[in-house]
Amino acid sequence: MDFSLTEEQRLLKESVDRLIADKYTFDERMKIAGSADGYSEQMWTTFAELGLLAVPFPEELGGLGGGGVDLMIVMEAFGRGLVVEPYLATVVLGGGLVEALGSEEQKAEILEAVIGGARKLAFAHGEPDSRFELAQVRTTATKSGDGWVLDGRKSVVLNGAQADDLIVSARVSGDLTDEDGIALFLVPKDTEGLTLRGSPSIDGGQAAEVELTGVRLGAGAELGAPGQAYPAIEQVTARGIAALCAEAVGAIEATNDITLDYLKTRKQFGKPIGSFQALQHRMVDMRVALEEARSMSVLAAAKLRADRAERERSVSAAKSLIGRAARHVAEESIQMHGGIAMTWEYSVGHYCKRLVMIDHQLGDVDHHEERFVRFVDGT
Amino acid sequence: MDLNYTPEERAFRDEVRAFLAEKLPKDVASKEKNDKRLTKDDHLRWMGALSERGWLGVNWPVEYGGPGWDPVQRHIFDEECTAAGGPRILSFGVFMVAHVIMKFGNQAQKDHYLPRILDLTDWWCQGYSEPGAGSDLASLKTSAVRDGDHYVVNGQKTWTTLGQHANKIFCLVRTDPKAPKPQQGISFLLIDMDTPGITVRPIILLDGEHEVNEVFFDNVRVPLENRVGEENEGWTYAKYLLTHERTNIAGVGLSKEAMRHLKVISGDQVKGGRPLIEDPVFRAKMARVEIDLMALEMTQMRVLAAAQEGAAPGAESSILKIRGTQIRQAITDLSRRALGPHALPFQSDALDEGFNGETLGPDYANPVAANYFNIRKQSIYGGSNEIQKNIIAKMNLGL
Ligand SMILES: Cc1cc2nc3c(=O)[nH]c(=O)nc-3n(C[C@H](O)[C@H](O)[C@H](O)COP(=O)(O)OP(=O)(O)OC[C@H]3O[C@@H](n4cnc5c(N)ncnc54)[C@H](O)[C@@H]3O)c2cc1C
Repeated sequence: MDFSLTEEQRLLKESVDRLIADKYTFDERMKIAGSADGYSEQMWTTFAELGLLAVPFPEELGGLGGGGVDLMIVMEAFGRGLVVEPYLATVVLGGGLVEALGSEEQKAEILEAVIGGARKLAFAHGEPDSRFELAQVRTTATKSGDGWVLDGRKSVVLNGAQADDLIVSARVSGDLTDEDGIALFLVPKDTEGLTLRGSPSIDGGQAAEVELTGVRLGAGAELGAPGQAYPAIEQVTARGIAALCAEAVGAIEATNDITLDYLKTRKQFGKPIGSFQALQHRMVDMRVALEEARSMSVLAAAKLRADRAERERSVSAAKSLIGRAARHVAEESIQMHGGIAMTWEYSVGHYCKRLVMIDHQLGDVDHHEERFVRFVDGT
Repeated sequence: MDLNYTPEERAFRDEVRAFLAEKLPKDVASKEKNDKRLTKDDHLRWMGALSERGWLGVNWPVEYGGPGWDPVQRHIFDEECTAAGGPRILSFGVFMVAHVIMKFGNQAQKDHYLPRILDLTDWWCQGYSEPGAGSDLASLKTSAVRDGDHYVVNGQKTWTTLGQHANKIFCLVRTDPKAPKPQQGISFLLIDMDTPGITVRPIILLDGEHEVNEVFFDNVRVPLENRVGEENEGWTYAKYLLTHERTNIAGVGLSKEAMRHLKVISGDQVKGGRPLIEDPVFRAKMARVEIDLMALEMTQMRVLAAAQEGAAPGAESSILKIRGTQIRQAITDLSRRALGPHALPFQSDALDEGFNGETLGPDYANPVAANYFNIRKQSIYGGSNEIQKNIIAKMNLGL
């Protein structure tokens, strides 16, 4: 076993860590999250210039050919900075699906634009009642001449309003929860029949609800063979889960650092509050939670190229453990700070909101515990 | 032992219900049930209805205009009000400063202030905490120096809940900086918020709410007659407030209401094609909290019964505070989780009446996560849960 980083990974880490420390200060982050767009176009350009948008894509498509560990390096830094730019939506999920399913032309055209920072994507998959079930798709795609007609509703589409194109899942055959029969389509946001409503989310991010009413798509809008998209959806979602796990680790680490510092400096009863054993042991538990979370984040990153059962078991295990760890750290860090952590002005509350909300994306603790059991049993 | 309500108690409950059906403003109840933002006027209309009926001074003796209820009646009243969507009665006037004035104030103070609390002339806020004096309240620094028949007050209070609406603040101030112990040398002052030299600045909470404030005092002149009790004895009065049996400290009624709301959410949310409330894993989590809530309610009833028999309130109120806040937090946690992905979108302006946009997801979804974060405050204020445990360890267990 070897847990060390390659030379290239060390360089990537140095560069993204420095970017976040220097340019993505807490004040800057609050400005960006509160802006009308909900992200910074200038920051996005900087990400492109540093090659961050190229990290997971193969070299022959202009990417850096990075794997799970490279993605982990980027997302951990983003977690520490509470980055709100649509990296998960565009690069990990959207770009990942194009890479997995796109034709040569689609890959060349779209990924070049993604890597260059010119085009943003969002994955419109979840529906009002699907909760976290990946195979549950009610939206329909009906053949019409050469093309397709889409009808349905997608909810809580991460960064939907910030995207140029949506990758929409729809059912071409089968029952509501069948893995077979799901297709993906590239839908430019201004397509007729598509209405989108964006909303901020509680953690500083952005989400959207999408309605598709008789949306007509020409030939060539399909991403991959219609009806066969599920394996790619699952695989790319696994990558997204690993990314969220790494983001959580970065945010936990930052939250722990700030809390520890506060315990050493805040004085009550004439001593630092960190001298009270009632708080010391809990700070220790937070440290333990960080180590466990990091271990599972590494595991998830390393297993992204494993076979299906091993990959899915690992990412589900990681996501459920990290969901617990993140909530634990969030609640404890607020409590041990006292009133100050309840305020908008202080950073810890914002870390906590993100930490807790990560559990609401791509499957929560309960979902992944159940799923873990399924993949361990091999059912 | 008989755990059932007596016929008289049942009749009382019907009376409360009839009152609420008629007098609790419907729009206020609807806001409260849907976690919408309440305005100052909303609070005033609700408390005004109680006041008119003579029910605002819930735990006041009859001689001061209270209804003279026993603890069981108060419990019934609390439960019925919250079930109907009545907001919590703001505690600073009715449940806090009023009791200090009744116990330690002089006749002129009683005659002046108590009726103004009951008829809602005054909106009180609490000026205890300071930036450097939170859990260690006795280390407070805001000073009051005598100058003729006035005190001159300088310093800063913080976390002042709803201070933006208040016209009065009760403050702990340091009148003897040389006293040998920090608990000595503190006095209890009643101050008009419109006295020159007072500045109120908002503190925005992590969910975007303007609930608390900083209050600055710059050479604020307060008449000596606004001091309650003796000079330098304020700590005794402050402690009396903390240990005085506080109606509602466990928040049983509000937690029951939150539990009902959780059942609505989990009954509507779908998991694997079935209502989430039917999911065995989630249902077990709900059951556990509901059982904890039953234990809390029974504990509260036992404490109330003991108080009725004349037992001095001790560490029991700390137990009720700890468990009450933990249980409420557990319910808000489950409500958030019940929503799955729909917990994410949040539009703060949708909490205001007159919002004519649309939020994402089901109607009930928007405030749920924000509420979960907001309720974290409960285990921090009013003596944090750590401080409550220190009290129990010391007072009950002799550790
Ligand atoms: C929303 C909100 C509303 C409030 N409203 C009011 C109000 O209207 N009026 C008012 O006067 N105050 C109000 N407060 C202030 C509140 O009472 C204080 O926040 C509380 O007393 C804790 O003080 P602190 O925030 O300074 O935390 P600190 O005292 O600094 O405590 C930080 C942490 O250390 C722990 N700690 C401290 N001492 C010990 C110890 N000896 N052993 C173990 N652990 C310890 C605490 O439990 C906490 O976890 C409000 C606070 C909030 C958040």
